[in-house]
Amino acid sequence: MDFYGALQVALPEAFLAVSALALLVLGAVTAARGAILVSVLAGVALLVAAVLAAVGPLGTAFSGGLVADNASAFAKVAIYAMSAVAVLLGAGWLERLKARQFEYPVLILLAAIGMGIMASSGDLISLYIGVELQSLALYVLAAFRRDDAKASEAGLKYFVLGALSSGLLLYGASLIYGFAGSVKFVDIAATVHAGAGTGVLFGLVFLICGLAFKVSAAPFHMWTPDVYEGAPTPVVAFFGAAPKLAAMVLFARALADAFSGAADQWRQVVIIIALASMLLGAFAGLVQKNLKRLWAYSSIANVGYALVGLSAGTREGYQSMLVFMVLYMIDVTGFFACLAALNRNGKPMETIDDMAGLMRERPGMALAMTAFAVSAIGFPPFSGFWAKFFVFKAILAAGYVQHALPVGLAVSVAVVGLVSSVVAAFYYLRLIKVMWFDPAPGAVDAAPADAKGIAYAAALFSFPVVMVGLPLLYPLAGVAAAAFGLG
Amino acid sequence: MTPQLIVTVLVLAPLLGAIVAGLFGRRIGNVASQAVTTGLLFLACALAWTTFASVIWGGWGHFTVELAPFINVGAFHSDWAIRIDSLSAVMLIVVTSVSALVHLYSWGYMADDDSRPRFFAYLSLFTFAMLALVTAADFMQLFFGWEGVGLASYLLIGFWYKKPTASAAAIKAFVVNRVGDFGFALGIMTTFWMFGSVRFADIFPAVAAHAGQTWTFAGHYWAAMDLACSLLFVGAMGKSAQFFLHTWLPDAMEGPTPVSALIHAATMVTAGVYMVCLLSPMFEYAPVARQIVTGVGAVTALFAATVGLAQNDIKRVIAYSTCSQLGYMFIAAGVGAYQGAMFHLFTHAFFKALLFLGAGSVIMGMHHEQDMRNMGALWKKLPITYVVMLIGTIAITGVGLPGLELGFAGFYSKDAIIDAAFAAGSHNNSTAYFAFVISVIAAGLTSFYSWRLIFMTFHGHAKWGAAAATHGVHGDAEPSHDAHAHDDHAHDDHGHGHDHTPHESPWVMLLPLLALAVGAVFAGKVFVEQFVGEGRAEFWRGAIFNGASNHVLDNLHVLPAWVVWAPLTVTAIGFVLAWYVYIAKEGMGAAIAARRGPLWTFLYNKWFFDELYDATFVRGAKALGDLFWKGGDQRLIDGLGPNGVAAVSALIGRRTGKMQTGYVYHYAFVMLLGVAGLLSFALYAWSK
Repeated sequence: MDFYGALQVALPEAFLAVSALALLVLGAVTAARGAILVSVLAGVALLVAAVLAAVGPLGTAFSGGLVADNASAFAKVAIYAMSAVAVLLGAGWLERLKARQFEYPVLILLAAIGMGIMASSGDLISLYIGVELQSLALYVLAAFRRDDAKASEAGLKYFVLGALSSGLLLYGASLIYGFAGSVKFVDIAATVHAGAGTGVLFGLVFLICGLAFKVSAAPFHMWTPDVYEGAPTPVVAFFGAAPKLAAMVLFARALADAFSGAADQWRQVVIIIALASMLLGAFAGLVQKNLKRLWAYSSIANVGYALVGLSAGTREGYQSMLVFMVLYMIDVTGFFACLAALNRNGKPMETIDDMAGLMRERPGMALAMTAFAVSAIGFPPFSGFWAKFFVFKAILAAGYVQHALPVGLAVSVAVVGLVSSVVAAFYYLRLIKVMWFDPAPGAVDAAPADAKGIAYAAALFSFPVVMVGLPLLYPLAGVAAAAFGLG
Repeated sequence: MTPQLIVTVLVLAPLLGAIVAGLFGRRIGNVASQAVTTGLLFLACALAWTTFASVIWGGWGHFTVELAPFINVGAFHSDWAIRIDSLSAVMLIVVTSVSALVHLYSWGYMADDDSRPRFFAYLSLFTFAMLALVTAADFMQLFFGWEGVGLASYLLIGFWYKKPTASAAAIKAFVVNRVGDFGFALGIMTTFWMFGSVRFADIFPAVAAHAGQTWTFAGHYWAAMDLACSLLFVGAMGKSAQFFLHTWLPDAMEGPTPVSALIHAATMVTAGVYMVCLLSPMFEYAPVARQIVTGVGAVTALFAATVGLAQNDIKRVIAYSTCSQLGYMFIAAGVGAYQGAMFHLFTHAFFKALLFLGAGSVIMGMHHEQDMRNMGALWKKLPITYVVMLIGTIAITGVGLPGLELGFAGFYSKDAIIDAAFAAGSHNNSTAYFAFVISVIAAGLTSFYSWRLIFMTFHGHAKWGAAAATHGVHGDAEPSHDAHAHDDHAHDDHGHGHDHTPHESPWVMLLPLLALAVGAVFAGKVFVEQFVGEGRAEFWRGAIFNGASNHVLDNLHVLPAWVVWAPLTVTAIGFVLAWYVYIAKEGMGAAIAARRGPLWTFLYNKWFFDELYDATFVRGAKALGDLFWKGGDQRLIDGLGPNGVAAVSALIGRRTGKMQTGYVYHYAFVMLLGVAGLLSFALYAWSK
């Protein structure tokens, strides 16, 4: 394939890269005055990239380093769209802070490029480049308010631990390369099929650990609560959504494309991580008072559910994982949009107690947050229910129908998932109770239109739009899942 | 009208009244509700007398009307039916006559109550249940009626449900009856096990064949018939307030007085006696069970009569009197004189209802005063009530001349029982002899407490109103001592404008009294030959079964003279004693009470039965409940279940929260631990 063909395959990322550089220049020239313009253009660029990803040609480029297939297209559309939402949410937030820093949308663009590469990576090199490009942008975003001690602490912690995880990832990659003799997933897959040695599998475990950090799965989750609490709320809304999907898709691609011959092995490790995540997310969330910390644990638990779908190792499992992540992204973005919108006397409302009496003060916001909490519990017919439903159905089918894993194990995983969601129901219900029944301590400021709009749209999607969206989303995710080299 | 239609209308008319007054009472108003229920009851009463006359003297004979199937499961068949024979015909007239008169009486007595439709609906509902009970053709309908009257009794005792004592009394009646009903149900099950049927028509002919049947349990052979009858008698004990299960009856006086007259004197409490007589074919083959019946009846007769001596509440005295008279009936049934039991049931219904309604008239006249110590000298103020009460008292004490065979109703029936007990006792039946002795003693006690009631209420010095202030004479003890003395429901001020001078009751109340008084005088004389005399075979026509060796009633005419005269003698002694203590030496009773001797205390506190049951059953049940509640449910189930899991969850949450120290090197350490753990797992799991 010539360079021109390769560029076509990589067009969305290339377009975003050019846009990012151009906007950087534009921002530098116009400074604070052009911040809004830069945000708008960044949002437009992301939407264009999403369209490009959707309609662009499929194929591989750069010696198999970059893969454009249905899976990457599906992921990229979702990632770019969510990034655009993050740009919108961030622009309004910066405007209200009177901190018109044009770097914010540019950083999101750069992270989006990294995520695009992650979703399309076809070898260990592009995998690492994608992860690092995304991560470096996120480190900076976490510490974006550099005069805020908590935000700085969050950024620094994220950076140090991220470096550690990158080290693990790289060490695993070098082991795999050393034993397989290639960095390309297709070559590794051939080697593993011929018989996976202990060295390759060791490398695989390190790789899994590095990726688990990126999706904030236990026991590599430790950064999550601190970063979620310290980072600005719109940034957290971004953290919780697109990067998680990108990392999950990368996770899925690496395991399926490169290590399908060792599926029995990695399935066990992923199940351990999934169980640990679900249980930890459920139990540790019980004692949280800060809503951002609480939702950090919620995200850990939800990643656990997504990993359950992944651990099924079947096409249906991958499909359920993709559906789960998309539905979850919308819920979590909506929730953090609510948090970004809610202030009392100019101070952000971040603890559960702050939400007391919200139903009386801001019924619209309270209803939206109730929808997110109910959805997070997994209550039918809200979107969270369908997300969990497909995941559990997939793991059980993997045991009963495809015989991919022992029936007892499949059932145990599903049972632990259900039990942990029962435990987690407590903190979601408590939030609802506080909002609806506790007396309000004071008036709540009016919510800004942008955050409110995003929150309402997400809440409406959670129910009832999901009833219409799901019949479209589910087959699409099926097509995407078919692109992974399973079996 | 065919006999079938007549009896069907007769049984269902009160139900119709109950439905109309109960469901639409508020809409159609008080008077309409009263008129409908009372009218239907008088219709039922007229039909009942028609039925009675046609069955006994006419050509109807004994028959059963099958209305509808009730339960039809496997070998278990039960029908809604109306069984008409001499036995049920007697009960029909007793129930409907008293019920109709009580309905009428309640027009006056309940005139100031706000929820009269409810009251009349309950009364009619009770009547229907009682009719279903007495016309049952199998055990299931008998049980249905049994529970139906229990329910109505519960509702009526607690009619003034805002009064805590009334609610408590209703619950007590219900709970104590559960004990009896449990035995009853077990008895029905035993019977079904023995005969494979619950229909009387199937069971009675087969009794002789099953007479020797035994049942092995816990290494012993039990006579199945004795077991079944004993268990059934436990049910009778509960309903008829016999010793051990009697505690609910005095408390049941918390209900309105017409209720006491209808349910707790004339009809429901006699259901136990009726059942034993109905099941005479079975009891005749259960000698041990009959000994139990006799013994319990005798003990109750004595016990209740002694307690009646020391009570001050006018209704409670009559309640204990009822209890005691029911004991007499069981004595009769136990010694084989079922006809005597039914006869006493019949006459007792008249004079006991009369006494209760008379007491109600007094209470009403005294503006809801029930303590006899606050009465006295009422005969001038309530002359008609006084006369009818006097008739009732003469009837209950059984005054009559044995030589001339002339006397009031109680004379015939009670003497028949005492004589039957002696007749049975003289045939080597020591329990019967014991019962005879007891019944004579109790007759004396009956006379004493009945005349004490009359003297304290109607004679002596007035202790009410202005009269009390001038005379300053007190009754047995300081009135405030007895918490039950005041009928303190919310109707105290019922606007008679008499400023608390006793007054005679309205005619709507006096008419039923007079009607009952007629019965109390003549019921004995008219029916004695038919019930227990020479005409009894013609009268009962096999509705009551007497075994081949049962000649108790045949021997009544060949008794020694001292036996025949003994009841009258002790009655006279009782009367003289009562006169001496309460009239001749007025104040002597108060003096005895004031001394608080051990015997008086024992009797006044009803042999301490309530205290005993409270200490054992009530507190025992509470302790057991506490054990299961606090130990079983709260500690074990809640503790290990919801609360325990929640606590453990919160603990895990706190522990994991503590892991989140905030130090980067801790986080890195955890991550590396995770890597090490997964690698160890991989080495362990994959190296195989």
